[in-house]
Amino acid sequence: MNTEYIGIIVTYGLTILLAIPLGKYIAKVFSGEKTWTDFLNPFERLIFKLSGINATKEMNWKEQLKAMLTINSLWLLYAFFALIFQDKLPLNPDHNPGQTPDLAFNTAISFLVNCNVQDYSGEAGVTYFTQLFVLMFLHFMSAATGIAAMMIIYKGLKQRSVTTLGNFWNFFVKSITRFLLPGAILVAIILAFNGTPTSFAGKDTVITMQRDTAQISRGPVAAMVAIKHLGTNGGGWFGTNSANPLECPNYLTYMVEMIAQLVIPIALIFSLGFYLKKMRFAYIIIGVMTIGMLMLLIPTIQAETHGNTAIAAMGINSANTAMEGKEVRFGIPATAYWSTQTTVTSTGSACGAHDSYMPMTTGMELMAMMVNCFYGGCGVGFMNYYIFIIIAVFISGLMVGRTPEFMGHKVEAREMKIASIAALLHPFLILSFTALSCFVLVNFPDIKWVFQPKNWLGNPGYHGFSEMLYQYTSCAANNGSAMGGLTANNIFWNVTQGIVLLFSRFIPIIGPVAIAGIMAQKKFIPESPGTLRTDTGTFGVMTLAVIIIIAALAFFPALAMGPFAEYFSMK
Amino acid sequence: MKKYLFPSLRLTLVLLVLLCVIYPLFIMLVGKVAPGSGDGVKVYRNGKVIGYENIAQAFKSDKYFQPRPSAVGYNAAGSGASNAGPTNPDYLKKVNAAIDTFMVHNPGINKSDIPAEIVTASGSGLDPDLSPEGAKIQVKRIARLRNIPENNVIKLVDEHTEKPLLGLFGPAKVNVLKLNVALDELK
Repeated sequence: MNTEYIGIIVTYGLTILLAIPLGKYIAKVFSGEKTWTDFLNPFERLIFKLSGINATKEMNWKEQLKAMLTINSLWLLYAFFALIFQDKLPLNPDHNPGQTPDLAFNTAISFLVNCNVQDYSGEAGVTYFTQLFVLMFLHFMSAATGIAAMMIIYKGLKQRSVTTLGNFWNFFVKSITRFLLPGAILVAIILAFNGTPTSFAGKDTVITMQRDTAQISRGPVAAMVAIKHLGTNGGGWFGTNSANPLECPNYLTYMVEMIAQLVIPIALIFSLGFYLKKMRFAYIIIGVMTIGMLMLLIPTIQAETHGNTAIAAMGINSANTAMEGKEVRFGIPATAYWSTQTTVTSTGSACGAHDSYMPMTTGMELMAMMVNCFYGGCGVGFMNYYIFIIIAVFISGLMVGRTPEFMGHKVEAREMKIASIAALLHPFLILSFTALSCFVLVNFPDIKWVFQPKNWLGNPGYHGFSEMLYQYTSCAANNGSAMGGLTANNIFWNVTQGIVLLFSRFIPIIGPVAIAGIMAQKKFIPESPGTLRTDTGTFGVMTLAVIIIIAALAFFPALAMGPFAEYFSMK
Repeated sequence: MKKYLFPSLRLTLVLLVLLCVIYPLFIMLVGKVAPGSGDGVKVYRNGKVIGYENIAQAFKSDKYFQPRPSAVGYNAAGSGASNAGPTNPDYLKKVNAAIDTFMVHNPGINKSDIPAEIVTASGSGLDPDLSPEGAKIQVKRIARLRNIPENNVIKLVDEHTEKPLLGLFGPAKVNVLKLNVALDELK
């Protein structure tokens, strides 16, 4: 077997091998058991003391959400103004200008919600100050927010008939001090020793071998790239993300960045098993997610290695024809693997140009983001899956004529309503906004905007439609990858994306937390032979079916018009 | 909400110091002992900087190995891909033209030996590498223009081919800049 396939198989294997002990460790951290990092206790107490926070006070789910939304609103305001006035702030060696209000609106929200869709290019659109103090800061914040919200749900699944579900600040700060920051330090050091810049020096100018003058953008890249992956954020330092050779210099850093962006989402599912002491339940979830991921990965690798038939027809070497937008140091299978993993998680980083991938790859990437819970983002991946579990419990309960219950609590009308709204919001946002953008493009191509709709798309035909569908799907999934041909830095896209981003982040967090909070208060029903078991293969298949039906029915027409139509148009 | 405002504000400030001052400064200090001292790894010739190891540069002369096409003219002040879709007719015309140009500059090669990487733009526009095939297809041209035996150039490419990681993972590659530096030293 060739080294390119061994590379990705070993990368995935290492991810799982790391995720199991990490999951066990995370479960211990949050259940307050002894861990080897307990020497950080005084340090965390200092953080809480300086912030005037009582981290031992139990909170109910409404108080938790209020705390979360307050601190998130604060970050949004801070990020928005810092980006607008970045030209007047320090650490701007390249003299980049401030962002326009619509771009700052989009960027601030995009990083706040763990999406990181970037309508600017990192080299010219932000400064070292905003890269670190706004964007990288939000990398940590958004990941920790997602994990804290998920912990509230874990707590709700474990507790019986209680009103309080732990302390938001405690979950939030500990996810930073106990694994996000230590992990980021480790990854950043590995990157630094492989050639990723770490210093604050500005652009360099060199005279090349053939006496041309060339400029090279630099900066403290390694620190940001580390947490960009660990926190499933994806917003990179440079415009071309990890395709840029300074952001991901070689195959070792490829493996490290790849493992970093997948390990926490998987570890969090294992941690659920350890935390509830129901490993079977966790294995079933991991199993369903992995089957889902493979169903997307295999067609992607097949499409990319098969290549572009139109280029093969020109008479050149027919191997590896899909090299447009890819980098030699990664090769085709590894780039395909990255594209799948970065869209099943909410990372959305890229080691190649998504716009130049094969149509089937685009289709699989879109489906990964439409489903948005095969591993998913830090914390929120499980929360999306949790919604599908609730729906699956309800449907299977009705099918076999039993009262639907989950983890000893009845699932009733109120929870189902919340779950349905959360599940339907995703297709609603994606499809209605894609329809809106098509409407504007077709009917007002010459409207008097600075950037006219007729110039939006980088490619004609089905592919152009895919670009628009992809943009909103990526926003709604809080993914952040983009098909670069779409010129999105203009008022229409900046504003509509911002709206989609806000809704699709906070409603899918509030919904599941509310369900968990409401269910935890209910009377506990001990398991009996009549209980529908949720830790069996049958129930796993049931959940997968619910996911496929909801995603396929809602999105299939749109997929057929974009990537699948393009696929069938290729000879 | 008010109850949470001041704790939020103070926690934000504390975390800004920890994550945005202490953390990147620590990584910067560690980077000082890394290759390139954290400024990016440079390539020197006769004591002068001639470029960055990981950043492709333009080689207009046919006497040198040429890197993959760049959608941004090898300008590393930014970075960028063509973002051309695989069925875009304009794009396919461009690739076809690139193949014809390559054939003109490299007489005597078989069209069916041309690897696609040499006529398609990279993801960053700064791809510093070629696959061994991408380098070897240029050997005939370079040997002829420099009046050196083809075998010497092939040997040079082989010497500069970096094997997959640990011989097991990922593709083999050749760094174009380092290869060209060595090429000038070849008698």
